[in-house]
Amino acid sequence: MTTIFGVPITALYGQLVVGLVNGCFYAMLSLGLSIIFGMLDIVNFAHGAFYMLGAVLTWFAFTQFGISYWWALLLVPLVLAAAGAIIERSLLRRLYRLDPIYGLLFTFGLALVLEGLLRYKYGVSGLPYSIPDNLQGVFNLGFMFLPKYRAWVVIAALLVSLTTWLIIEKTSLGAYLRAATENPALVGAFGINVPAMTTITYAVGVALAGLAGVLAAPATQISPLMGSNLIIVVFAVVVIGGMGSILGSIVTGLGLGLIEGLTKVFYPQASSTMVFFIMAIVLLVRPAGLFGRER
Amino acid sequence: MPNIVKYGGYSLLLLAGILAPLVIYPVFLMKALCFALFACAFNLLLGYTGLLSFGHAAFFGTAGYIAGYLIKQSSFGPGLGILSGTLAAGALGLVVGNLVIRRQGIYFSMITLALAQLIYFLYLQASFTGGEDGLQAIPRGRLFWFINLENDLTLYYVVLAIFLGGTLLVYRTIHSPFGQVLKAIRENEARAISLGYDVNRYKLMAFVLSATLSGLAGATKALVFTFVTLTDAHWHTSGDVVLMSLLGGMGSVSGPIVGAFSIVTLENELSDKVGSFVTVIIGAIFMVCVLVFRSGIVGEVSTLYRRVVGQREQ
Repeated sequence: MTTIFGVPITALYGQLVVGLVNGCFYAMLSLGLSIIFGMLDIVNFAHGAFYMLGAVLTWFAFTQFGISYWWALLLVPLVLAAAGAIIERSLLRRLYRLDPIYGLLFTFGLALVLEGLLRYKYGVSGLPYSIPDNLQGVFNLGFMFLPKYRAWVVIAALLVSLTTWLIIEKTSLGAYLRAATENPALVGAFGINVPAMTTITYAVGVALAGLAGVLAAPATQISPLMGSNLIIVVFAVVVIGGMGSILGSIVTGLGLGLIEGLTKVFYPQASSTMVFFIMAIVLLVRPAGLFGRER
Repeated sequence: MPNIVKYGGYSLLLLAGILAPLVIYPVFLMKALCFALFACAFNLLLGYTGLLSFGHAAFFGTAGYIAGYLIKQSSFGPGLGILSGTLAAGALGLVVGNLVIRRQGIYFSMITLALAQLIYFLYLQASFTGGEDGLQAIPRGRLFWFINLENDLTLYYVVLAIFLGGTLLVYRTIHSPFGQVLKAIRENEARAISLGYDVNRYKLMAFVLSATLSGLAGATKALVFTFVTLTDAHWHTSGDVVLMSLLGGMGSVSGPIVGAFSIVTLENELSDKVGSFVTVIIGAIFMVCVLVFRSGIVGEVSTLYRRVVGQREQ
């Protein structure tokens, strides 16, 4: 068997793919976090809870109504986007004039409520959800076996992330959004409905987290706690990448996922702490983050 | 407020503190006092420097683990154990503080949270913490060879003394010239810089002091309960201390104390009845506080008091 530094090369490839899958979730979540922060000046602590809701709703829709994975992929983000829009309209809107600290505290409370409710209902053990039939099995790439589902997650997440980036950077809607992030009052004076754009931004951010949750449902343990564990890592990812750049958060998310996968092969004890160590180093060397600028 | 009323009030509170264990279960009171000191130390950053740390459980837990380990495994008595734990938290505060003051505002909160999670994972894997089981059966022992801390009532007065010493230090800090500079930084950082203050140095000093006092609270709590678990270093604990300050009111020294007593009482009363539903209630209190109750219990009461007194004087 081929080995590299004493590690079988197939194990290395396997962990790299797992790392890439995790990196996709980091990328999708930090992407949503960034666009929400840009527009609302709120760090959405509840982002992890929406990711968790995405996965739990997928499971719930299947067990209660027999809704398949493919429909869940469409419906769950829509439901969560609607929920996000309602939360933004009714609650978050009251916080815009305040210090951003309050936005963080409020969404932290929201995350606790969502997580607590589901934990109360379903406990902390994993809920089973199987991979859809047409994505079961593996591709034989010659040098390794690639599970089809993992390949699908990476492709889907990359497509969604890049589409979001294209919309923000290349369309007129995205131009309004970027302008409103810089100066909402001036953009409003041009006759653009800034409050509506804010609502849409939050809804889209939440939907992205929910979509990541649907993608994660067959690949990981569905549990009410899955969100809060992830969101703290995503915060570190955001600190490393800086929230200024959309493409930056995608690249950072994927890169850190890969590094985490490598750590799992070569020094498994550090795999849960690697991202935080990298964050500490980045803070020492480049405090504004790799792609960030100090505001 | 006239001074007589003020000092009369303090004396009454002190008297209540001395007499309380005759009426209320001392271990509960000690838990509340530890969290009250923790919240006061935390609020030195949030309320007076404008920095929201979301990782203070790291200091609380570190001090508990170090104190507990040294008391249990070496010849350290409770006094030296608590002192070592407190200093360890201070040292950790210096390391973490040096990293976090590099970013401002909301990033500060995210970084403290992430670094605290790093420390949490280290304790999860380390052997001296006992991992998931925690550090059990820490002997309370004797303070200065003759004060027997196995007795709950005796320990209570020691904890009360620690609490009073800690909060007094916070109070003196806030009302010192150093405290005024911290407030200036909170109000307008750029201006404080232009006035020639080395803002980062002040922030770091506040951070280390806050971490050290949080450690004092954590080490004391370890001795009270004779065990330390991962919960003490978990982000839920960091969230709890934020809520204590927010609920009680971050604009005063007494606010976090009131908040700590409220939350500890609430968790005590509810955890038997509703189990894990407590998290939902805690989250809901967070949301309500932020939406309608930002100056907290003490803030609202003193506004009310001033309104009533003001009307009478007119």
